[in-house]
Amino acid sequence: MSGFAAYLVFFLIVALTYSIVTMGLNLQWGYTGLFNAGVVGFFAIGAYGTAVLVGPDRAQLIGGFALPFPVAVVGGMALAALAALVVGLATLKLREEYLAIATFGIAISIQLVALNFEALTGGVNGLVGLPRPLFTAFGSPGAYNLFYLAVVASVALLVYVALEVAVRSPWGRVLKAVREDETAARSLGKNPAAIRLQVFVLGCTLMGLAGGLYVGFIGYVSPLDFLPILTFQIWAMLIVGGSGNNLGAIVGAVGVWALWTMSGLGVSRLLPVAYQSQGGAIQVIIIGLLIVLTLLFRPRGLIGEAEAVSRHAR
Amino acid sequence: MLQALADGILSGSIIALGAIGLTLTMGILRFANFAHAELVTWGAYMALAVLAVTGTFMGPIAPLSFGIPLILAIVVAAALTSLLALAIDWLVYRPLRRQTNHLTLVFGSFGISLLVRMVILLIFGGAAQYYSTALQIAIPVAPGLRIMPDQLFTLAVTVVIVVALHFFLQKTRLGLAMRALAENPELARVNGIDTRAVVRWTWVIGASLAAVAGVLYGLTIQLRPEIGFHLILPLFAAVILGGVGNVFGAVIGGLVIGLAESLAVLVVPSGYKMAVPFLILLAVLYLRPTGIFAGTVGGVK
Amino acid sequence: MSTPLLEVEDVVAGYRPDLPIVQGITLKVAEAEMVTIIGPNGAGKSTLIKAVAGIVQVSSGRVRLAGAEITRLPTHRLAQAAIAYVPQTANVFTTLTIDENLLVGASTLAKGEARRRMDRSYENFPVLKEYRQKKAKVLSGGQRQMLAVARALLTEPRLLMLDEPSAGLSPLMVSEVFQRLKALVEGGVAILMVEQNAKAALAISHRTYVFAEGRNRIDGPSAALAQDPQVASIYLGAGGRKR
Repeated sequence: MSGFAAYLVFFLIVALTYSIVTMGLNLQWGYTGLFNAGVVGFFAIGAYGTAVLVGPDRAQLIGGFALPFPVAVVGGMALAALAALVVGLATLKLREEYLAIATFGIAISIQLVALNFEALTGGVNGLVGLPRPLFTAFGSPGAYNLFYLAVVASVALLVYVALEVAVRSPWGRVLKAVREDETAARSLGKNPAAIRLQVFVLGCTLMGLAGGLYVGFIGYVSPLDFLPILTFQIWAMLIVGGSGNNLGAIVGAVGVWALWTMSGLGVSRLLPVAYQSQGGAIQVIIIGLLIVLTLLFRPRGLIGEAEAVSRHAR
Repeated sequence: MLQALADGILSGSIIALGAIGLTLTMGILRFANFAHAELVTWGAYMALAVLAVTGTFMGPIAPLSFGIPLILAIVVAAALTSLLALAIDWLVYRPLRRQTNHLTLVFGSFGISLLVRMVILLIFGGAAQYYSTALQIAIPVAPGLRIMPDQLFTLAVTVVIVVALHFFLQKTRLGLAMRALAENPELARVNGIDTRAVVRWTWVIGASLAAVAGVLYGLTIQLRPEIGFHLILPLFAAVILGGVGNVFGAVIGGLVIGLAESLAVLVVPSGYKMAVPFLILLAVLYLRPTGIFAGTVGGVK
Repeated sequence: MSTPLLEVEDVVAGYRPDLPIVQGITLKVAEAEMVTIIGPNGAGKSTLIKAVAGIVQVSSGRVRLAGAEITRLPTHRLAQAAIAYVPQTANVFTTLTIDENLLVGASTLAKGEARRRMDRSYENFPVLKEYRQKKAKVLSGGQRQMLAVARALLTEPRLLMLDEPSAGLSPLMVSEVFQRLKALVEGGVAILMVEQNAKAALAISHRTYVFAEGRNRIDGPSAALAQDPQVASIYLGAGGRKR
């Protein structure tokens, strides 16, 4: 494979991993109107959970269960679901903002645990040398990456199909009622708080799944991969694709990740070394502007003005 | 222990100043403003910019590390922070208020918080900065307790502001209008209160207090673009603990959060300090979501 | 014939533009006249007076006060334009004291004038004076209604609009509130009120409008409507959509 093709595969694996996170967020915000301000936290729990469960036994480290990769990912998802349950139970009967504040808080706390609980997470160094599933079955890293792209793409497709089926089911139709008219939902005999909790936990579980897939691909975890900016990036992916539109979530993830990668490339090529950190700020400002301007001028999304959007989102 | 208490009260009083502004805007504008803490950072850096322009044309007033120039800079920074808050309200929140889903405002403030933080980083750089390079010697007050004069100044400013704000809210027509609006905006309008004007004043007061908090933070700790980001959680925790819309509650909430953070370091590694407000917040939400003191805008739906 | 005090002409209004609750209502109130609106639930009674008060958006039609158009005036300006409105629920600020509630009502007046008129309301409503430094949440439903009316009168309005002033009050309290309203009308204030209690409304008011499905169906002198079999049929929901 040529350098560019190899890079493209690498790029798509990451972008499609984020698209799963974005679809999880879409379920929460696009369909049910839940504001999750700590997306990165649930992604990180899935990643660290998977890493601890899949990792080999090591001195001075908790964990080292050396479980098969799929089992470890399910474990990571379960941990993400548990964290979502703790936050969700505390807030989902209260004013909607409280969920936003609490999710923001749990993401910060998870970041602190990742950085400081060295015995479990490896601290600033993270956990390295994690086994990558079926890595030895492939002759070259290029071939393996192609295989992994197929895995991530299949999982993303599976999540997409499952969500499309779910939102069209009777359960999915209640979501809109819960979001738009609490009283009406209650009069239909639905408990809005219970439905919100289900949606929130399910969405966070998907974020955990993506975290596990991410670890399987890169073969290590590092706190640097789970910075607060990721939450903003996922939000940008969602709103650009058009919230309430799963296809838009995938397109938005690829589009925004491309924009991020290219703007990063531009900064490192064009700016002198002394201004690189400021250049990073410009990259983030682009994400911030994308969110605020889309919200103001194209609240239904930049790409996702599809029929699906007008049906689900206002 | 004694030192931890004193440090906790100090950082708590800075949190309280930020939380007063946040509780007022949350009570009156009715949304969780993630960008409020960034006004604290903005205020701190605006004062730095003012000092860079004016220069320290007068020496420090002993035993403080600063003099009239910084006091002047606080006033200008408060005005510039109010301007930023009004501009954001006009450009972003005002159009978003027309949308039916009020969480869109929370979303907007979330995006704005990132923008303000990054613009500050872009202009001022990421390195820590100080208003004065002069070293200040901490005065031993009691065995095991040393306090710097700047820290006493910070406490005094907080007390004066809280008392003045209490009188403003209780005794003036604008204060009364703010309290009326916080309870029932529709009834306030029916009574002839121009709610848009009250909203503007709420921003000015909240932003000015945030600016003062920012300068005091920069004075007693240091200036970094992440000041606001690290304050988001303590401010929200203080506001919810004290009851949304309750100014007195925000002050108590701020002190509790500051003390808890500072005392927690005695038992857990300091790396976890930032998680303390979250744990308090979670406990409040589980046990008493309306806060210790009833707010004007209750937590329960 | 002189210009009526309030003219509502073909007004369409609602909380959402695509779902108008008031679907073309026309009514008039003369100076010092007491007019009531009755009708089944969902007929648009409360929405209409909220539309006149500027709380609910008017999407088409006109509202005029003494000949001057006030259709899209901001709510807070209507208080200065001699219209006062007392909502059905949440009609006082419970976290403020009685005195502060009245002060809010007088917020468009100069301070000295505000104080003078507040002293006058304390004379008219002695029960309020007794509690003046207490938070309004200690008041009973009837006392809250009194406070809300006293507050609304501070601006000396020419038109007072009330949304179900008798709701939730004891029969004794209802007759006291209605006596007070009658006295106000005799003093020259026009009243437009929504009333659930059709019998009491027809007995006390000069004229009555019967709304159904967002439109005014019948109107006329209250004494005449009290005898009208058609009024009973609409009021009992035969012509209206119960919600």
